[in-house]
Amino acid sequence: MAHINLPADLPGIRGPMAFSPETAKPLNELAEILLRDDNNTLSRGERELIGTYVSSLNDCFFCQNIHGALAGHYLQCDIPTIDAIKVDYETTALSPKLKALLSIAGSVQKGGRQVTPEQIQRAKDLGATDKEIHDTVLIAAAFCMYNRYVDGLATWAPQDRQYYVERAPRRAEEGYIDFDLYK
Amino acid sequence: MPHINVDPNLPGIRALMAFSPATAEPMGQLAEILLRSNDGLTRAERELIATYVSYLNDCFYCHNSHGALACVYLNGDNAVVEQVRQGYNNAAISDKLKALLNIAGKVQKGGKHVTEDDVAKAREQGATDKDIHDTVLIAAAFCLFNRYVDGLAATTPTDLSSYPLRAKQVAEKGYGSHIYTSPQPV
Repeated sequence: MAHINLPADLPGIRGPMAFSPETAKPLNELAEILLRDDNNTLSRGERELIGTYVSSLNDCFFCQNIHGALAGHYLQCDIPTIDAIKVDYETTALSPKLKALLSIAGSVQKGGRQVTPEQIQRAKDLGATDKEIHDTVLIAAAFCMYNRYVDGLATWAPQDRQYYVERAPRRAEEGYIDFDLYK
Repeated sequence: MPHINVDPNLPGIRALMAFSPATAEPMGQLAEILLRSNDGLTRAERELIATYVSYLNDCFYCHNSHGALACVYLNGDNAVVEQVRQGYNNAAISDKLKALLNIAGKVQKGGKHVTEDDVAKAREQGATDKDIHDTVLIAAAFCLFNRYVDGLAATTPTDLSSYPLRAKQVAEKGYGSHIYTSPQPV
């Protein structure tokens, strides 16, 4: 049961967002710009993967499943492929640049000071721009917030992972701003 | 030196916000609602939660910036701010705020660290659902802000006398874009 009185039928972050619409607005606007805005040289799939990886490190079931399903939707790959990236992205077929960015995201999850100049240099050597590094750090930092919001209030999450796979196309279509929390 | 090329004349998160105004806007709005609302928790209480979490995250820029703001709202009582940083149990604050700081400290470690017992203790001291919600989200948001600042190695002023000047600016005008578009207070 959630720590506060949330609408019973809304899973994950949607419960706290319904409880507090005024904070939901900037939280969703930030997600929209970071994860979905097309004025970005990282693809939507790559950005959702960063969010998925950090949510997995933070052990947030709801977030890693919905964002993992979104990453799978954009990258047209299945959930076992996403799971393999969460477990050990270095041995997957991802681009060397994205691997370098995931390494930075993993350090941000531990704490901002964990990011080393060597990690940044590796990413830059592989072609990462300042904006891509900025966005990687901010996506990782933002999921350290979203994950804590979801689990810190003990929201519930559907345990059937197929639920998230089926929802992903609609979230991809509607985005993070213009959607009905109750549907 | 920051990991990316940002305005060297802007301190801490201000330089990052100037680098990326599109993301700065919702983050500023979130800070404005969470830290300047007078509904339930006071501004001083909200800034103390932010200061404590930033201190736990070892973010020098954030814990000094928000500590200076708490000090403004506490009419210059910096002793309380320092007591909260040092573990809050002996701080001259309410038992309710102590129970909420306990929750904030758990959120800093990870969302699942917050227990039903932590929440029940806060309720016994009069905390409402909104107080608990706001505490969790302030703590979570500072797990973002702190990582953003230190993850990009933003410039951190070591001269502590510069923090009260910026705090006064934010206390007067809030967390809008003026913090990185207008001249820095000196």
